[in-house]
Amino acid sequence: MAADIGYGSLIIAFLASLYGVGAAIYGERGKDNRWVESARKAMLLTFPLLTIAVVSIIYLILTDQFQVNYVAQVSSRNMPLYLKVSALWGSQAGSLVFWSWLLAAFASAVTLRKWDRDRDLLPWVIVVASGTLAFFLFLNVFFENPFTRLWQTAEGVTTAMIAPGNAIPFVPRDGQGLNPLLRHPGMVIHPPTLYLGFVAFIIPYAFAIASLIAGRTDDRWIRVTRKWTLWAWLFLSLGLVLGARWAYDVLGWGGYWGWDPVEISAFMPWLTGTAFLHSVMIQEKRSMFKQWNMVLIILTYDLVIFGTFLTRSGVLSSVHSFAQSAIGPLFFVFIVLTLGGSIGLLMYRWETLKSKNSLSSFFSREALFLLNNLLFVGILVTSFWGVIFPLISEIVTGQKVTVGPPFYERATAPLFGGLMLLMGVAPLSAWGYSSWKTLGRSLWKPFLASLLAVVAVFALGIWEPWYAVIAFWLVGFVITVTVYEFWRGSMSRMRRLGESFFTALWKLVTRYRRRYGGYIIHVSMILMALGIIGIEIFQTETQGTLAQGENLRLGAYTMTYDRLDNFDADNGSRNVARAVVSVSKDGEEVAELYPRRDFYYDSQQPATIPGVHSTLADDFYVILVDWEPVSESGATFKAYHNPLVKWLWIGSWAFLFGIILTAWPEKKEKRGLA
Amino acid sequence: MANTTQVETTPQSGGKAKFIIGGVLIIAAIVYLIVSSASANAQYFLTVEEALEKSASGELDGRNLRISGAVIGDTIQYDSQTLKLSFMIAHVPGDNKDLEAEGGLATALHNAVNDPSRPRLEVVHEGPMPDLLQNEAQAIITGYLEEGGTFHADELLLKCPTKYEEAVPEQTG
Repeated sequence: MAADIGYGSLIIAFLASLYGVGAAIYGERGKDNRWVESARKAMLLTFPLLTIAVVSIIYLILTDQFQVNYVAQVSSRNMPLYLKVSALWGSQAGSLVFWSWLLAAFASAVTLRKWDRDRDLLPWVIVVASGTLAFFLFLNVFFENPFTRLWQTAEGVTTAMIAPGNAIPFVPRDGQGLNPLLRHPGMVIHPPTLYLGFVAFIIPYAFAIASLIAGRTDDRWIRVTRKWTLWAWLFLSLGLVLGARWAYDVLGWGGYWGWDPVEISAFMPWLTGTAFLHSVMIQEKRSMFKQWNMVLIILTYDLVIFGTFLTRSGVLSSVHSFAQSAIGPLFFVFIVLTLGGSIGLLMYRWETLKSKNSLSSFFSREALFLLNNLLFVGILVTSFWGVIFPLISEIVTGQKVTVGPPFYERATAPLFGGLMLLMGVAPLSAWGYSSWKTLGRSLWKPFLASLLAVVAVFALGIWEPWYAVIAFWLVGFVITVTVYEFWRGSMSRMRRLGESFFTALWKLVTRYRRRYGGYIIHVSMILMALGIIGIEIFQTETQGTLAQGENLRLGAYTMTYDRLDNFDADNGSRNVARAVVSVSKDGEEVAELYPRRDFYYDSQQPATIPGVHSTLADDFYVILVDWEPVSESGATFKAYHNPLVKWLWIGSWAFLFGIILTAWPEKKEKRGLA
Repeated sequence: MANTTQVETTPQSGGKAKFIIGGVLIIAAIVYLIVSSASANAQYFLTVEEALEKSASGELDGRNLRISGAVIGDTIQYDSQTLKLSFMIAHVPGDNKDLEAEGGLATALHNAVNDPSRPRLEVVHEGPMPDLLQNEAQAIITGYLEEGGTFHADELLLKCPTKYEEAVPEQTG
């Protein structure tokens, strides 16, 4: 019953979104506002309809209705409640519905805003949002239906919405349950966070396309969607960080990011989105780069679609598999159409988007912003090249050749370094005209101060590799420049207005939140970079088999194997083998860790959960590799020493703070300096 | 038609060239990074059959390879003292059409393991036993061929297609 209601509302939502597209175009062409109004209502209708669909799926999962194929795949009787709810996005069909639901929510929110100043954009925004929604719902209705049921026929078990002839319902006794590796709080919030980011980027794209169609050349679309873009970027960034955190906590390989095609596909829209966030500032400030901003938002949109497809479809790096899944070619067609259509539209309006201003000096703020954009796009091209390399090589040489993490690390590290350098230099550059000399005058003080970072690194005995020293210097440099900016701004207020230091600092930040929030985001990125430098360059590892009471040394740490506990947990749904390990540093006990291996009976799969002792300086990370089941003699461990990695997570919190500060709605419209 | 806008900002007649040269240099640097890193880190992606054929002619000596095959459960051996892991993988077709013809990846993996006539490759690896290493899992291994035809894997990537999901994960071709 719930399955029929859910499927029915999916179909109606699909029809409503199609109708929205048609009515909006018709109303716009005939200058008949009633049709546009009707399209708007259709758009608003999709949200409650998809809410019904989502609630139906959750209801089916919570009530263990395993006749529904999707429920049998992603859920099982003894999964805890929060996992059952998160099973909504546990596999492709459900996550596509979830995706559509988010889009319907955002698009509805947008259509409810006041449109008096931008009435001409409304129909086209509806066309883009409704059209995208219609595409995803089309996939759900015809190919990836989460409501199909299992039926027993003479030939075996099949899936269908309506019972085939002579079939009786097939109800498995229990579901397969969520993949054990996904049974983690990080996995509960990582996909929806990422999706929020993905979907929210569709709104600025819709406004961009609406502006192009309506022939508006002002930057109204950017101003209207500025906050949207920031929130989208926040969620996309958080989604990436949560994924990294999950990998670090659960996957048990001592890492957080593996340059897997799926990871890259979520990273690529982040790259163009970040470039976009920067370059729109030049358009607002100097009316330049209008065409470029269009290119960036179009790319972001299509990379979001591409990312959704890749992260969910299991297609992974094989481009061949596009032919495999029914929805692969459809995605491909959709991407080609939207990309081609958008670029064609942009070409059509190209001349009207030309700027009267042009770049005047290498060291002006806008030139440095342009450089920042080039670097982001450079990283994007590198990532994309790596993903499609197997296909290209096969076409060119007939031999499939792949590239792994070393390729990405080597090719992108200098580009990331360049971005760090820009974070230090750009805030001190001036708009319009800025020469080597003027820039040098404002830079030399923080530059000298930042050399202290190098001195500190040498004092710690780190002389090589050389790129690590440079990386640490860059970290010091950006932090110095940023602190200097806060200090300079506060000092100026103190002098001019006679405020105390803290009042001045507070007012400075709250008055110009966009600028200073931006600086906080820069520092948070640098803190994350510090963590990445630590683990990427200085990670060490060891392994060994220990009898009880024996120990293993790694750097300053010594771990001692105390005992092993083996028990069933969660009503006997999984077996836990848990080692108790005490960790000491320089002879003093600092922690007791419990690396373990869970074995899930329903899916017959193990999951390795590391034990981690985390400090600001380093993490001691230990995995239980193997153990002797009968005798209590031995267990094998693998241990990693991950310097500085905690800063990656601290930086994420700082990032959250910075972006909320920047994006929080203002009481009245005020504009920051940068 | 672009000329009309250029005239307005006079002092930069030489400026434009400056930016174009600067931009080209940066793009050239990025291209250099990509090309040099790609050629230094490229790995041939092969099936078991292709790997065995090509290794016979010595074509693969010292090359970094990536090979996909089906894990044969009975051959998995693990020494937890030394963390030395060894197992055999059986040939699975690389082309999706062939996989489709066999009835999907799960079936192809199953057939590969149970067909003794299929080419097989011995794999050795050092490290923790991966969670997903089990019979009829798809293994994508990265490493090099040792003398004597054993494959030394630096990295193991394992995927288990479930019986309900028919999506084909990463496959060579």
